[in-house]
This record gives sequence, C-alpha cells and structure tokens, in this order.
Amino acid sequence: MEKNLEDIFQDKIDREIRIEPKDWMPEKYRQTLIRQISQHAHSEIVGMLPEGNWITRAPSLRRKSILLAKVQDEAGHGLYLYSAAETLGITRDEMYEQLHSGRAKYSSIFNYPTLSWADMGAIGWLVDGAAIMNQVPLCRASFGPYARAMVRVCKEESFHQRQGFEILLTLSRGNEAQKNMAQDALNRWWWPSIMMFGPTDDESPNTIQSMRWKIKRFTNDELRQKFVDICADQVKILGLTLPDKDLTWNETRGHYDFGPINWDEFWQVVSGNGPCNRDRLNARKKAWEDGAWVREAASAYAEKKKSEQKVA
Amino acid sequence: MADQITDTTKSRLIHYATHLGDNALILGHRNSEWCGHGPVLEQDIAISNIALDLLGQARNFYQYAAELTGNGATEDTLAYLRDVPDFKNTLIAELPNGDWAQTVLRQFFFSAYQYYLYRQLQKSGDAQLAAIAEKAWKEVSYHLRWSSEWVIRLGDGTEESHERMNRALDLLWTYTGDMFIPEAYETEVFAVDPARVKADWEQKIKQVLEEATLTVPENTWTQSGGKKGIHSEHLGYILAEMQFLQRAYPGAAW
Repeated sequence: MEKNLEDIFQDKIDREIRIEPKDWMPEKYRQTLIRQISQHAHSEIVGMLPEGNWITRAPSLRRKSILLAKVQDEAGHGLYLYSAAETLGITRDEMYEQLHSGRAKYSSIFNYPTLSWADMGAIGWLVDGAAIMNQVPLCRASFGPYARAMVRVCKEESFHQRQGFEILLTLSRGNEAQKNMAQDALNRWWWPSIMMFGPTDDESPNTIQSMRWKIKRFTNDELRQKFVDICADQVKILGLTLPDKDLTWNETRGHYDFGPINWDEFWQVVSGNGPCNRDRLNARKKAWEDGAWVREAASAYAEKKKSEQKVA
Repeated sequence: MADQITDTTKSRLIHYATHLGDNALILGHRNSEWCGHGPVLEQDIAISNIALDLLGQARNFYQYAAELTGNGATEDTLAYLRDVPDFKNTLIAELPNGDWAQTVLRQFFFSAYQYYLYRQLQKSGDAQLAAIAEKAWKEVSYHLRWSSEWVIRLGDGTEESHERMNRALDLLWTYTGDMFIPEAYETEVFAVDPARVKADWEQKIKQVLEEATLTVPENTWTQSGGKKGIHSEHLGYILAEMQFLQRAYPGAAW
C-alpha cells in the first residue's frame, strides 16, 4: 500500500500535477518543504532588519517611502510563506521557536551589515536579484501553496530589484563621494550575493531528491552562473565594477568565468559567525519577547468577547 | 490661487501646510522605527503601513508649501534642511515610541485629531488643501479605527496591558492639549474651527477610553510649544538621524 501511494505521488509529480495540502505525500517531502519554506519565511523577516536599518536615515522622502514600502512587502512575503508552511502541519509559533533557538536557518546574506545608503541599492540589485533568480523557478514548484506564494512574491521582488538598480544608477551619476559609496557597496555585497545560491552542486546533498520531487528546477551552480552572467553585463551600465579580477567572458562556454568563492567564509556565516548573526537573532528575539504581553492581551480580549457573545 | 491672495494669507498658508506636513512626517518617522520590530507580524505591517500613509501626507503638504514658497524649495529642502525651531509639529508626534501601549495610544490621540481636522479641512476654500485633506482623511479613518481597537484591546485585555495603558495615558495626556492651541497661521480662514475639532476629539476620546475601561485623566495641565517651534529634547535627535546624508553631502541628488 505504502509503495502504491508513493508511486501515485511520484506519477503526479512527473505529470506536473500540483500537490495540495490534503494530498498524501512522503514524510520526507513534507519535512523538506517545511524546512525550505520556513527558512524562506525567516529570511524575509530577518531580511527586514538590514534595510530597516536605513529607513530613518533615507536621504529623500521619495527614497524613504520606497524603502518603507519595500520592507513592508517583505513582512508580507513572510506572512504568505508562514501560511504556506502551515498547510504542511506546523504552526507559526513552532517555526519562530526554531528560528529563535537557532535550529532553523535563514539566508546567510542577512548577516552582513548595511554601512551606507548605497547598500540599499546593492541589496536591491544584487540580493533581490539573486532571490528572484532562485524564486522564479519556485513558481513552478510541485507543492501548490508554495508555488502560488512565490508568484505573488516574485512580482513584488522584481519591482524592488529595479528600485535598487535605480539607487545605484543615481549614485553612479552623482558626485565623486556618491560614486565611491556605490562602488564600496558592490565590493562588500557581491561575493555574499553569489553565495546566496548555496554550496556548489557536489556539496549540495539535497539537490538530487529536490529535483526529482520538482521542488527545485535548477541546481545551485546553474542559477549562480545565470546570475553572474546577467550582473556582469548590467554593471557596465552603472559604470562600476564587480570585485572579481577573474571575471571574464568565456566565448567557448558562452558564459562569464568567475573567481573562486570563499567557502570558509560562507560556512562561518551559516554556522553563526557572520558579522551580524547575533545582532539579527537578538533583534528578532527581542521583538518577540517584548511583544509577548501584547499578544497575551489580544487573546485575553478576544476570549472575553467570545464568552460575552455566548452569554448574550 | 497663490497669485490672488494677500501676502499675509500666503505666508500663513505656507506655515499651515508646513505645520501639517511636519505633524505627519515626524509621527511617520516614529512609527517607521517599529518596522521589523513589531510585537507580531500583522501589526508590524500595520504600523509600517500607517507610517507610510503619514509620510505620503507629509509629502503632499510639503510639495504644496514648496510650490507656494518658490525659490527652489522642495519637499526635501523642507524635510531635510530645516532645524528644530523651524519645525512646527505638535509635541505629541515627536515623543518616543516607548512600548506598544505608548505607541498605540499616541496614534489614537493623534489620529482622532487628524480625523476631525481633515474632515473640516476638506471644505476649505483653498482647493489644494481640501484635496490633500480628502485623500488623507480616508487613510486617517483607517488609522483611527486601528488605533481605537488597540486601545480597547489593551485597556480591556490583561492586568498587565491595562496597567501599561494607564502608564501611557499618564505620560501622553499632558501633551494632548498642544494640538488644540491655535497658532496665528491656523486661525486664518481655512475652514477649520479648532474649537469644534477639540469638542469632537474629546467626545471620541471619552467614548473609546470608556470602552477600554480606562479613565480620562482629570489633569488639565498641558505641555505646549511645538507649533511655535519650541520642542521637547527628542526632536533634535530625530532630525540628526533623518537629515544626516543631506547635511553630509550638500546638494547631492539621491
């Protein structure tokens, strides 16, 4: 019987039929998705912090509005994704607990600090750009609620990415200090951004199964290459450079070659030793703990109203 | 319109639009500090949403004030290149966020004020002010509903939340009077009767606080001066943070 269910499941996957919350699914598929979707949700929420850091200091009212709207969008993305994960039988509180205890991860990129206004541009262009590269294929992921969430997320993300590029473009056409600010931001965000695609294919043990289940459609290295190719061209419009002396067009491959990634740094950041890991997690924990009495008051009030209604 | 009005009226109109913009900008700034730090995701979004609305209102008022002022004034020169004494926001807008109770109650007092003010301002003989007020009033109606609900929920929630609301009430109450002491630039006929705004406001406050099982304080002493440019110690820090890039790189486009 078990075998049969698995066959039916895999057959649906192969025929591109979406898996929905009430459908039978292998436990490993469920767990993989819970892990991936919740970590994705956590990334949106932790990702509010590096950009939120500049809301009160944005240099014009227009930029301030855009940034505020963007960070708000990220909170919304977090909500969609937590809801999608909840359809797999885990609660938002359980997911928070995993985040706060350090058992669940979030994207390594958000452990880097935002040191200048230009970082808002670099994050928009590079970080959101890398996110889109990862997320567009997820709009076709086999699990329905995840795929549908990604469709909505990607629409907003691509808007954010264009805004980020526009910030860099404005800076690159500005005065000398602004140009330097933009270049400095690219220097700091480039490598962490291409690390967002995760370990190389031979170091990524979950990839084969995820591709068989059509959660993943492309490998880490395929997506990373696509991203490098696009950025290497776009950076020319900015009149800035990417901090990689090995970045060169390879005619035979039809791709850009690029230099070695510092995987030691990547694993350090993933395991908690990036520049901002502690600050980010502490900020999330503080918000949650400081908000406990608010959530308790809201439940107590709702209970009161419910019992009043019963009496009446 | 600007060509036909007297210089005094024009000057008052500029002051008034700037004052309304300052109110919205400074409270919007405070609310935006919550972004990413709210007690629960839905409310993080709500408070950021309100911040964004207020920022939009500030831009509308500033753009109008800048247009009337001329001389290269823009929404950004108004926001970023004026110092503390030039800001004419009411004091309550610049007070720190404190805990969620303090933020929610500040928002409630302020939204109720904006609600009745904008309701009247929509009938202003100045078409531009009326149009801005019409747009903003819709947003403020939402802010008022949201903040009223939270005042009630926290006041009538747990013992702790009730206690925190009382503390917020004690702190904020003496700053509410500042909103209703009219300055010369407000008394020009822009179709707003401050006495009526005050009466409507008081009625609303009484009704919501009662439902929240909270008591309207008897203290009638009021801290004032914001509308004259005499602020609390808080505003200087807000501006230092908000204006730093414009001040450090004068004349740059962003």
